[in-house]
Order: sequence, then C-alpha cells, then structure tokens
Amino acid sequence: MIGPIVSSGLISPAWDNIFAVLLGMGFGFALESSGFSSSRKIIGTFFGYDFVVVKVFFTAAIVSSLGLLYLSSLGLLDYSQLYIQPTFLASAIFGGIIMGIGFAMGGFCPGTSLCAAAVGRIDGLIFFGGMFIGVFLFSESFPLFEKMYYSGSMGAKMINSVFGISPELFTFLLVLMAIGMFWGAGWIQNRVKKIEY
Amino acid sequence: MKYDGSNYLNPYLGGVILGTVLLLSFYISGRGLGASGAVKNTVAATVNVIAPRHVEESAYYSQFAGGEHSPMSNWLVYEVLGVLAGAFLSGILFNRLKLKVEHSPKITSRRRLLFALLGGLIFGFGTQLARGCTSGAALSGMAVLSLGGYITMVAIFGTAFGAAWIFRKNWI
Repeated sequence: MIGPIVSSGLISPAWDNIFAVLLGMGFGFALESSGFSSSRKIIGTFFGYDFVVVKVFFTAAIVSSLGLLYLSSLGLLDYSQLYIQPTFLASAIFGGIIMGIGFAMGGFCPGTSLCAAAVGRIDGLIFFGGMFIGVFLFSESFPLFEKMYYSGSMGAKMINSVFGISPELFTFLLVLMAIGMFWGAGWIQNRVKKIEY
Repeated sequence: MKYDGSNYLNPYLGGVILGTVLLLSFYISGRGLGASGAVKNTVAATVNVIAPRHVEESAYYSQFAGGEHSPMSNWLVYEVLGVLAGAFLSGILFNRLKLKVEHSPKITSRRRLLFALLGGLIFGFGTQLARGCTSGAALSGMAVLSLGGYITMVAIFGTAFGAAWIFRKNWI
C-alpha cells in the first residue's frame, strides 16, 4: 500500500482521526518513557549532566529521515504527498529564539509539558496552561507581527538543496553528525558533576 | 530493576520508538507529529464561541476558526489527546504517577511554578510565530528535511543553551 495511506482514499477521514489518537499515544509513550516528563532531566542537556534530549531527539530525526527515504525509494511512499513545513526565514529564527527562552525558563516544550501533566507534574500543567495565554497574546497582537510572520518566504524548501546535495547524502551526513554528537555528549557527561534529581 | 519511578528507557531505544512513530505518522496521515497546534485550535475555538465577529475579522484566527472550520475536530487535537493517554500509560508502567511540583531543592515550588507559567507563556507565543514547536516545526520538519525545521531547531536549542545559563539558579 503506497503511503500516505490517507491520501490514497483507502481509509475515510474518520479513520484518520482514530490513527491520530493512536499515533499520539505512541508519541506520548515515547516521550514519557524516555524521561521527558521531568523538567530537570530535560534541562540537563543545557548544563551537561544529562543529554537524554539530544540522544532521543537526534535518534528520532535519523530514524524518521532515513525511514522516509527508504520507503520512498522502495516505492512504498509518495514523498511529494507529505506535508513539508514551509520555510519563512524571519519567523523561523525569531520564533525559535523566543521558544528557546521559554524552554530555559520553563524546562519544557509543549509536548513534554503535556506528558509531565499526564503523570501528575503540576509544573507541567502550569506550563501547558501558560501556553494558552501566550498563544492568545500572539493571536491578538498578530497585526504587529504580520509582516515578520510572512517575510523571507521560501516555500517548502529542503535543506539538502541549500547545499546542492541529494537528500540521501544530506541524511548520511546527518547520521555522521549525530554519532559525533552522541560521542561528545557522553564525553562531557562523564566530566560534569552529577546532579541528583 | 527498581520500581520507584526512576527507570527510563535507554535514550537510543526511546529515540528509535519516537522516530518510528513519526515515520508511521507520515506514512499513514502524510504529516508529522505536533503539540502546539492543538493549543492554537483550542484558543481559536474558545474565542470563536465568545466573540465570533472578532474571529471573522482577525487575519489570524480566521485561518483556523469560524466559517467552515471545525478547530476542535481536528487531527492535531485528536493526536494531542492521544499524547496525554500515551504518557499516562507510560507513567503507570514505570510507576511515575504522582502529584507533585518538580523543582531544584534550592528553589521553592512557588518560584518553580511562576517560571513554568512564564516559560509556557513565552514558548506558546514563539510557537505561533514559528508555525510550530519542537515537535511540529523542528522534529517533524527535520524528518522531511525542511530547511525551516532545521533553522527553528538550531534557534531553539542555541538560544536555550545561552538562556539556561541566565536562569541557572532555577536548575542547578
């Protein structure tokens, strides 16, 4: 069956929502069981005492990137049907910077705060609640940011095309880079004072 | 194996599971995983109930709510309900279900909660500007080699490294 299955018309939109719940469950399980319901474990990456975020995040990026390319080359997936996050330079950079500040203050990102709330972490629940206020403030002040929101539009640009290389070569380089990072993370972690949490 | 909530999966195994779920998401639904989108839809739907005219006139809300949109019956909303359930099941399995405020022993719970609220607020604001969060924009973007996904990922982690140092008294 050639993916994405939903676009093939073999399953109804109602089934797509059921798959959404199941995929979400896998997502939540993977995050919580890896330790992402603990803000002190997550934040360890930034102080060098626990690199679980780097290890999980980049392993997932490699597995999914490689998997999509393999499925596509085997003819099992129509890559052109996938939703590729469009690139808007200014908002990607400034939005990312703002998120980085919120990350360092709150110790969570949206998905992990939800996982923390699910296992009873009140700080996770409060972070998640704070997001609603932030989203509301952005939506209400949208006219102020509208220009930045749409500036630097590059469409569904793929990163390999920036370097003029194939998706396969880029992904191979990503794997090498990630292995280097995993090794570096282990090296640093062995030299940083342990923190009890 | 201790059964006191301190057990976690090997991070590489956790990453393989997460990557496989993300891969399945693209294979089945043609899209990646997200978290902030559900918050956006909930906010837009709530404002639409209270002030439908305002939603209609807003260049932002009107993209998701009002008119033909049904923001609460949306893939992202169902997916996020699943996240809650999946994390809860993992919490049962690893014996981590406990009502508490997690914080460094050097700060009070009150301070932790204040920073969690502010952090969530700021992060939430950023998710709308960048059209997605760490999962929806960064991770899912990276899976399909989106340039924007990579840029957002570098901006989030790069800034957080610097900002964590500023807020270090809250953590270490």
